[in-house]
Order: sequence, then structure tokens, then C-alpha cells
Amino acid sequence: MPIKISPKTVDKKFLEKLERLSGQKVHQCFQCGTCGGSCPMGEHMEALPRKIIHMAQLGMAEEIEKLNTCWVCAACHSCNVRCPRGVDLPRVMEAIRLMTLRKNNNYIEPSELPAETVKECPQIALVASFRKLTS
Amino acid sequence: MKVSYYPGCTLKTKAKNLDDAAVASMAALGIELEELPRWNCCGAVHSLADDDLIHQVAPVRDLIRVKEQGRDKVLTLCSMCYNSLARANLLMRDDEEKRETINLFMDEEMDYAGEVEVVHFLNFLKDEIGWDKLRDQVKVPLNGLKVAPYYGCTLQRPRDVAIEPPGRFELMTQFLEALGATAVHFPAADLCCGSYQILGNPDAAKDAAATILEWAEKAGAEALVLSCPLCEFNLGKKQGALFEEEKIMKMIPTFYITQLLAIALGLNPQVCHFELNDQASVLLLKSKGYPIEFERDAA
Repeated sequence: MPIKISPKTVDKKFLEKLERLSGQKVHQCFQCGTCGGSCPMGEHMEALPRKIIHMAQLGMAEEIEKLNTCWVCAACHSCNVRCPRGVDLPRVMEAIRLMTLRKNNNYIEPSELPAETVKECPQIALVASFRKLTS
Repeated sequence: MKVSYYPGCTLKTKAKNLDDAAVASMAALGIELEELPRWNCCGAVHSLADDDLIHQVAPVRDLIRVKEQGRDKVLTLCSMCYNSLARANLLMRDDEEKRETINLFMDEEMDYAGEVEVVHFLNFLKDEIGWDKLRDQVKVPLNGLKVAPYYGCTLQRPRDVAIEPPGRFELMTQFLEALGATAVHFPAADLCCGSYQILGNPDAAKDAAATILEWAEKAGAEALVLSCPLCEFNLGKKQGALFEEEKIMKMIPTFYITQLLAIALGLNPQVCHFELNDQASVLLLKSKGYPIEFERDAA
């Protein structure tokens, strides 16, 4: 899909917010794709992390928010220990999640989880998923 | 010797088989694990946003409890607890500005600056007891048991809290060898089990878990050993579902590190709470001739 890039299309506020929340410089990434190659959840992502970073570099906020990548990321840090440019990608993913969550939008609804699931799950699974996927 | 011990919520309920086996094994090795008074949730996951300090408060409070005891070390077992406590500790030690904000916010607590060391069970065994001494204490060598050491994410990542450098699996290997078992290396030892995504994106989590189990089986392992109740849930408790959905072709038992330790030390199998494991796990140990009494209704 061809996209047009101009100073008008770059969402600078998004970029500033992303870098402030994550503490990462997305322009450090040189698009090697090691992150996606290391990602255990990659096949379930609509776009691999490399592409998300590229879109972030271009300030494509709306397009990034439409993709499921940040919600499928399990913050396992495989990409983080392998990134040759030292980009802490799980922090970038967390920042993208927070931009949605902090507007009071949940990715999962705790009240809608089946009782059986809640009963069998270890507490750490519940706490961790609510921490990462709810506002 | 007494050591401060942070069990965490899951070890007190659904992962008693990790907790009780640890306390009993350590006692047999001459170490008294003293549960931290008034411990609270570790937060389970580390907050990754630069401006989010409120979620650091819980793990820091736990570390303050250790400091209050006059101890300089806290032992943890659950990989997620280890990871979130160790990372909060580094933040308090290395980031002056955030440290001051958090200390000021928790004005009722004593100030904290990362004085306590967060130690994982495996490192404690290696450094404070040593593999040779452990080997000498083994009463029931786990000869002939081929086990894949599974680390998952949180024991090795990020690098600054890794129990050993990412990509090296010597701790568990040496642990297993000290118990008389054979460590079977497989390429998925540090792959993510799907973690908390079992709730948010169950299909993705199941595929991640299936990959790990497949690799372990292909490498010739008879069992998987791990130290995290969430890994155990995704790889152990949910394994039957993976098999039914044909995501894996063969089942493979899972154990906590402390269960194998307790058995090798010749302790009463009751401390292992095998009723919380899959029956295949117990059958495997029985088939090897280890003294395991198993009553499913004992719980």
C-alpha cells in the first residue's frame, strides 16, 4: 500500500509522546528486523515490530493504533536483548499501549473473563494481564 | 542460617508445589527460609513507562521489609517475582530522581536506595551451598531422568537482572547434574511461554507454548523443569488442551525445580504436592523407581 509522507502527515505529538513515555529514540532503529525474527508472538501480529518502529519514525500514529502488534507483545524482552541498536522495544510497545489505555480504553475486560478461567489461572497471570492490557 | 524469603501470591495458593518443596529442601540443606513479614504483591510485571512510578511502590515496599529485618538479601523463587523485585531494586539503586520521588511518596516507610540484593533460588544454591555440597546431600540420585531446563523470559531478561547471561543455561544444567539427572539442551529454553497473553491472546500464547514443548520433545527430553507458575500453567496445566487441539503430538511432564530437588534430597514426597501436577509427571518419576507416593485426593 503506497503512503504519502510529508511534514503534514507526520504526527509529531505522537512521536514526542512515544519517546517521552518509552524513554527510547525510535530513529536509532536501522530496520534490521532482528526483533521480529526473535519474537515468539510474531506470527500473530498484524505487523512485526520492525514495521511498527518504521511507522513510528514516520509519525503514523493512527495506522499504528489500528494494528494489534502492541497488544500481542508479551513483553518477553527477546527483541530487547538482541537489538544491535540498543532500542528497548518492549518499552516502545508499552508506550503505544498506554496511549490507548490512558484514555480509559481496555484491551480485555476483566469482568468478561469466564469464571472457570479466573479460577484456574495463577494470580500472576491475572495481575500481569490486567496491568498490561487494562487502563 | 536464616534467609529472608519472598514467596509471592501464587506460591501460597496454586503453586504450593513450588513453595513447600523449596522450604523443606532448604531446611534439609541447613537453611531456614524466613518468610518476609507483611509482604505484598510484587506487581507481577515491571512497568516499562518512564513516567510510571506508582507501580514501583509495591515491589519497593517488599524490599523495605527486608531492610527492616536488617538483612541484605532476599531470596525469591517465582521467576516473575524475581524479575519485578530485581528491576524495582535496580531503579531505586541507579535512578536518583525516581528514588527520591518514590521515597517521598512513601514517607511512612524508611528510605530505600537499593541496599538489598534480590537473589534467585538457583543462584543461592550455587553461591551459598555449591553444587558439590548439594551433590553430597543427594539421597536419591535422579539417574536416568532426562530433563530439559526451561528458563522462560524473566530469569534471563533484561540483561541487567539475568540470573546468568542470556543464552547460557549453566545454572539449571549444573543444578540438574548435581541431582544426578541429565540436562537435555533444546533451542527453546529461553523462549516466552506466552505469559499473561494466555488471557489476552490465548491463540498466540498457545502457539508459543506448543513450540517450546515440541522442541523439548524433539531434543529427547522426558520432562521439562521450570521455576515460574505462569510458565507451568501455560506449558503444564494447559498442555492437555494443546494436545487435544493437535498443537503438540506428544505430552511431556513438567516439574518445578524445587520438586526435583526435594525428591533427590530424599524428602517426604508430600512436600512436593504432586497432586497439583499432571498425573503423567508422577508416573514418570515412579517409572524411574524413585520413592514417590501419590494420592490425588490428598489435597
